[in-house]
Amino acid sequence: MVEKRKLICISCPVGCELTVTLDGDNILEVEDNACKLGLDYAQQEIFDPKRMVATSVKVKNGFHPLVPVYTEHPIPKPMIKDVLAEVRKVEIEAPVDFNQIVIENVLDTGVNIIASRNMPKV
Amino acid sequence: MLLKNTYDVVIIGSGPGGLAAAVEAKKEGAQDVLVIERDVELGGILLQCIHNGFGLEIFNEDLPGPSYAQRYIDESLALGVETLLDTIVLEVTPGRKIYASSKKYGFVEINARAIVLAMGCRERTRAMIRIPGMRPAGVFTAGTAQRFVNVEGIMPGNKFVILGSGDIGMIMARRLTFEGAKVERVLEILPYLSGLTRNYVQCLQDFDIPLQFQHTVKFIHGKKRVEAVEIAAVDENWNFIPGTEELIPCDTLLLSVGLIPENELSRKVGVELDPITGGPYVDESRQTNVPGIFAAGNVVHVYDLADWVTLAGYEAGKGAAKFAMALRAKETAHIPVNAGKNVHHVVPQSINKYVLEQDEIELQLRVLKPIEDRSVIEVHDGNHQIVRRVVRYVRPGEMNTIKLKPRHFADVEKASSLTVDVSPR
Ligand SMILES: Cc1cc2nc3c(=O)[nH]c(=O)nc-3n(C[C@H](O)[C@H](O)[C@H](O)COP(=O)(O)OP(=O)(O)OC[C@H]3O[C@@H](n4cnc5c(N)ncnc54)[C@H](O)[C@@H]3O)c2cc1C
Ligand code: SF4
Repeated sequence: MVEKRKLICISCPVGCELTVTLDGDNILEVEDNACKLGLDYAQQEIFDPKRMVATSVKVKNGFHPLVPVYTEHPIPKPMIKDVLAEVRKVEIEAPVDFNQIVIENVLDTGVNIIASRNMPKV
Repeated sequence: MLLKNTYDVVIIGSGPGGLAAAVEAKKEGAQDVLVIERDVELGGILLQCIHNGFGLEIFNEDLPGPSYAQRYIDESLALGVETLLDTIVLEVTPGRKIYASSKKYGFVEINARAIVLAMGCRERTRAMIRIPGMRPAGVFTAGTAQRFVNVEGIMPGNKFVILGSGDIGMIMARRLTFEGAKVERVLEILPYLSGLTRNYVQCLQDFDIPLQFQHTVKFIHGKKRVEAVEIAAVDENWNFIPGTEELIPCDTLLLSVGLIPENELSRKVGVELDPITGGPYVDESRQTNVPGIFAAGNVVHVYDLADWVTLAGYEAGKGAAKFAMALRAKETAHIPVNAGKNVHHVVPQSINKYVLEQDEIELQLRVLKPIEDRSVIEVHDGNHQIVRRVVRYVRPGEMNTIKLKPRHFADVEKASSLTVDVSPR
């Protein structure tokens, strides 16, 4: 069955409103994308939506009580809750380095959780 | 660090605008560059923007705010930019003196050859949009809540209503949901989104947070703490539509209702502000109407992308460095004027040689011993005569003068000092 779906591309701040023509597991056409990233986005969003997740973890003896962290690559959207729960369990020790791996391969997603900044020790 | 008396470029504020200006000023050749920041660390507002979406324009990468800031912090420190943290600038003068209050140094006074204003912006508050109701605790701007949650690790409430569909509000709706809070509603008085569509998708839609256009808060209820907000629909003229009222129980109201450039310092020093943007009028080098004072970033007009703030910062840093270098060249333009043969003293004792490009300079002198015959007053650079004047006699009791004129500039420019001699003809 051929159907049309509306999506908003979130790959960049432009936010194109895409119209995707779909036949079961096949994308027949993507319209109104201003660049070709929109095509990849439509493919991804329809069959395996992913998101970047940014949050924070507790730090012992840090300059601040938290250090911001994020997923190095997007993770499957349905896993956001579980990944957040996993991150909440962690407490690390200062000093923390910029890009330091905080959780390796979180929940077998193949994606690392890394620190967004340095966190000096006090 | 030993604070210097004078810097080539002083930058006020260490957000992406300020750090970009610092980096570029260094690259453009400014020697002494100082960033003054009132917070305890460099980075500005980006440090609390822990979500992704930064750097797509400049690095072609999707970075969180702190990572984006970290790159510029590291680069500026590597280039030898000096920093003064925990220090708030109180006043800037048109002569480019900076008065600041510092945790470590107390009251400080710093001279700058050029200044870059990069103070960012601040959020509009409840008082500015006049929401009626009681005055309980639990009404915050979205940015304040962002700082609490992301930097200090404090949750400002459990059940939220967010007024305004600006980016910070939508981003906070997701962030609070991540931390286990319930966001009941996002309200927007306009018939369209005021932030980016991508933020609507990934912050509200993804988490089924309801957004209502043409709705606003009519009344805030609560004695000590917010207990509920009454909302209502509005027409095109923002008048409440009777019968659309709804009471939403909640303990916190966040406001994401706009940003205003932070220009108290600019106003005081006489920087002219554009009533439309709320920021200074600037030229292509980001110079304001006050010579040597530049401005970049949210202090000029509110940006939605930090990347563009960085680009504006580069322009300002470049302009400021050029201005400072030109001034420095002029400062080294001062050369001494020495009393030579049979001269007791000369005034002025030094001159700025570049003044001669436009104006003449008169030297006044007294001789040591009288010569009751035709005498020559001569100015030379140690090797070559630059100008001479013949007088009928010279006496210590009578002052003499000799003029340097614009036509002597070419010779004077090469000199490292001038000497005046008086001798019989
Ligand atoms: C809450 C918030 C969230 C945002 N979220 C995003 C986003 O998700 N994506 C995006 O691309 N952009 C976002 N922006 C916009 C972007 O971050 C800003 O445009 C950018 O940070 C502005 O940079 P700036 O250098 O002009 O100012 P800022 O980063 O605000 O830096 C100004 C600095 O000046 C300092 N300062 C001010 N006055 C003085 C003084 N008198 N003495 C000493 N220091 C002083 C302040 O402490 C501050 O550190 C957000 C902005 C805000 C306010
Ligand atoms: S299609 Fe291209 S331009 Fe449009 S939002 Fe996606 S990435 Fe941006």
